[in-house]
Amino acid sequence: MTRPPVVTGIGVVAPNGLGSVDYWSATCAGISGIRAVERFDAQGYASVLAGEVREKDFKAEERLPGRLLAQTDHMTRLALVAANWALEDAKVEGSTRDALDRGVITASSAGGFEFGQRELQNLWRMGNEYVSAYQSFAWFYAVNTGQISIRHGLKGPSGVVVTDQAGGLDAIAQARRQLRRGSKLILCGGVDGSICPWGWIAQMAGGRVSHSDDPAAAYLPFDDRAAGHVSAEGGAILVLEDAQAAEDRGAPKVYGEIAGYAATFDPQPGTGREPALKRAIVGALADAGVAHDEVDVVFADAAAVPSMDQIEADAIAAVFGVRAVLVTAPKSMTGRMYAGAAALDVAAALLAIRDGLIPPTINVRPARRYPVEVVTALRGPMLVQVAVVIARGQGGFNSVLVVRGPRGNAGRKRETREARYVRQDI
Amino acid sequence: MPRRVVISGIGVVAPGGIGAKEFWSLLSDGRTATRRISFFDPSRFRSRIAAEIDFDPADHGLSQQEIRRMDRGAQLAVVAVREAIADSGLAFVNIDLARVGVTVGTAVGATMGLEEEYRVVSDDGRLYLVDSEYAVPHLYGYLVPSSFAREVAWACGAEGPVAVISAGCTSGLDSVAYACDLIREGSADIMLAGATDAPISPITVACFDAIKATTPRNDDPEHASRPFDLTRNGFVLGEGSAMFVLEELESARKRDAHIYAEIAGFGARCNAFHMTGLRLDGAEMAAAIKAALNEARLNPEDIDYINAHGSGTKQNDRHETAAFKLSLGSHAYKVPVSSIKSMIGHSLGAVGSLEIAASVLAIQHNVVPPTANLTTPDPECDLDYVPQTARQWQTDTVLSVGSGFGGFQSAMVLRGVDGRAA
Repeated sequence: MTRPPVVTGIGVVAPNGLGSVDYWSATCAGISGIRAVERFDAQGYASVLAGEVREKDFKAEERLPGRLLAQTDHMTRLALVAANWALEDAKVEGSTRDALDRGVITASSAGGFEFGQRELQNLWRMGNEYVSAYQSFAWFYAVNTGQISIRHGLKGPSGVVVTDQAGGLDAIAQARRQLRRGSKLILCGGVDGSICPWGWIAQMAGGRVSHSDDPAAAYLPFDDRAAGHVSAEGGAILVLEDAQAAEDRGAPKVYGEIAGYAATFDPQPGTGREPALKRAIVGALADAGVAHDEVDVVFADAAAVPSMDQIEADAIAAVFGVRAVLVTAPKSMTGRMYAGAAALDVAAALLAIRDGLIPPTINVRPARRYPVEVVTALRGPMLVQVAVVIARGQGGFNSVLVVRGPRGNAGRKRETREARYVRQDI
Repeated sequence: MPRRVVISGIGVVAPGGIGAKEFWSLLSDGRTATRRISFFDPSRFRSRIAAEIDFDPADHGLSQQEIRRMDRGAQLAVVAVREAIADSGLAFVNIDLARVGVTVGTAVGATMGLEEEYRVVSDDGRLYLVDSEYAVPHLYGYLVPSSFAREVAWACGAEGPVAVISAGCTSGLDSVAYACDLIREGSADIMLAGATDAPISPITVACFDAIKATTPRNDDPEHASRPFDLTRNGFVLGEGSAMFVLEELESARKRDAHIYAEIAGFGARCNAFHMTGLRLDGAEMAAAIKAALNEARLNPEDIDYINAHGSGTKQNDRHETAAFKLSLGSHAYKVPVSSIKSMIGHSLGAVGSLEIAASVLAIQHNVVPPTANLTTPDPECDLDYVPQTARQWQTDTVLSVGSGFGGFQSAMVLRGVDGRAA
């Protein structure tokens, strides 16, 4: 039996925090990054709020070489920086020897869409000779994987998964497959966003974006007032390593392991068949060899569309029991960042395990019709060993990932564990 | 012992003909399907050639609602998957749909649909703040191309793992490899896997013009795609889809299915060098090939035919030639190599699956398709590229490779079952 792969580094870019330290402290404190759109004038649109990673906070030119700025969309810049941070966190040194065993697998939803809008405008307003030489790869879905691979010399098995909002989990699962096939390290996850007018109206066309102009009331999953989500950008990149390889290179810390995964697809509407989410949860637990009562917390997909919240709450209750497991949605503080969202939830789950803290779902008054225990204020310190992350993509994609704390500390006292992490962080 | 995965059904929608039979007839005849672009007026562009499909979705059973909500890329995939299912003989009754999954590769997604809708909402580029009043309801499905996999899943009722794989121009190989892994690991029993792309639109043509990746041989469209030829000067854009039924070997045997080939091995690496450029030593593609052979437990000498990426750019064909030599040693000089892009153009993310289809049909027929238009050998490309005419050739084991923007290099080994095609 091979050991599950381990997460040894985390890089986060989120509307409520740049870097995993800032993101996590904001998230535990219930601080939201949802605000009025600043990237462009959104006042003429039905949706006016976003979870932006603002350029004035991010300052791309201080973090990336000018050569890369010219050829990248905003979301790719965020991905490049998240990848940097993840590798630094894991203290991964560049290595020619291992290059072919280190790959990159990211999730994408719309590619570099803001870049794409600008070039479409150049084409149609000015003419075909005005289209950028970078358009051929700045827009396409594989851009983040390619750019991260080049920047860090990672030549191993690489790829891109597009499953809408489920993608963040599917990318991590695909990374696990590549590790099982013999790779040693895969940078994986998703950083995404298409906050530009053209992306904005395309997202609104999906019919699930909130029209509220009140940041505290715009994204309310499992609440009677739920009326869609807030669109956002950002996500997380994780360093996932073969457990033995991580040990061999002396990885300084292990956040936890990717213990289980399953993906299912919902039947076409109108067929009268059952939604498939519950099957994905059951499958992921079975894959992890984890019983439902061993799970400490569920990070919900939290669509904030009543019918979808009902399906998710019912599936959770069917597997774990009615209000029998803590359920939270820290994305209530960031909005939904498409291919980036679920990867960020995995990062949050690992940090929850590390610190024994369960971040809240903010602004929400859970409605009784949802048979789940939604965490609305920070919980902990408490022992958190196993977390389940649920992600769903528009069209019927369901993915579920099980993460577990580092091996060897089962049964240990939480204080001991915290002390160990403090020591490692110094 | 991991489960062995075989291809038991094929569907193809390609330039020059719809259906696997038409496709093979074009390839084995060495005919080309490249022509002056007819989808829009290309006269302002540097490269005005493409391999287009004469395709009316209504002729292939798609309803008006399906046609409206699907981008052309999705339409091609749905037509291809229906052919693949029919070809496989699988009746989708008494099948556990939870054990059926879908993967669809695409490099550029719904780019045609997006560009058409962009022109409307921006009023041909006049508006930066595009007008949401004119946004169609299915625009979200164009924004995020996972809608392609949704459409294929709906077409066959799949409720297992479903995904779009998008690693640029290796998507078509990577998608099938991903599906193969899902069956091997036990996540699914049947996978509908393949790829599609329909990129022939002004924005795609313009962006390849900008980096001179496509050929400007506009006075001779039929002979414009010239892989490995000394006079090659860029690829010809194409479109198409190939979809397959993948299943576990024993279950295919149990139902007495026609087995085209086994997916014996796969390898993928990245060159980590440049988003569009290639280092000419071919080291990473060679590593991918070696990984694929290793997984297949085969030696270089076991490869009977190489279905090349062969895009017809100066750098690709040299890069690839070097990779074959590096990975296969002296066998590289003995094994026939050909590029079907000489006939059907380069359909980006789709072409890897079209090349898998060509590879398994080569096994089926013991015929190696040619590299059309190869009339003037390039001293730097000094392998046996099967110029112009197809060759009768005992073909049990095929290596198919792909190379893409982003640095992706993929290699797949396909093998007739029991050493021989069924």
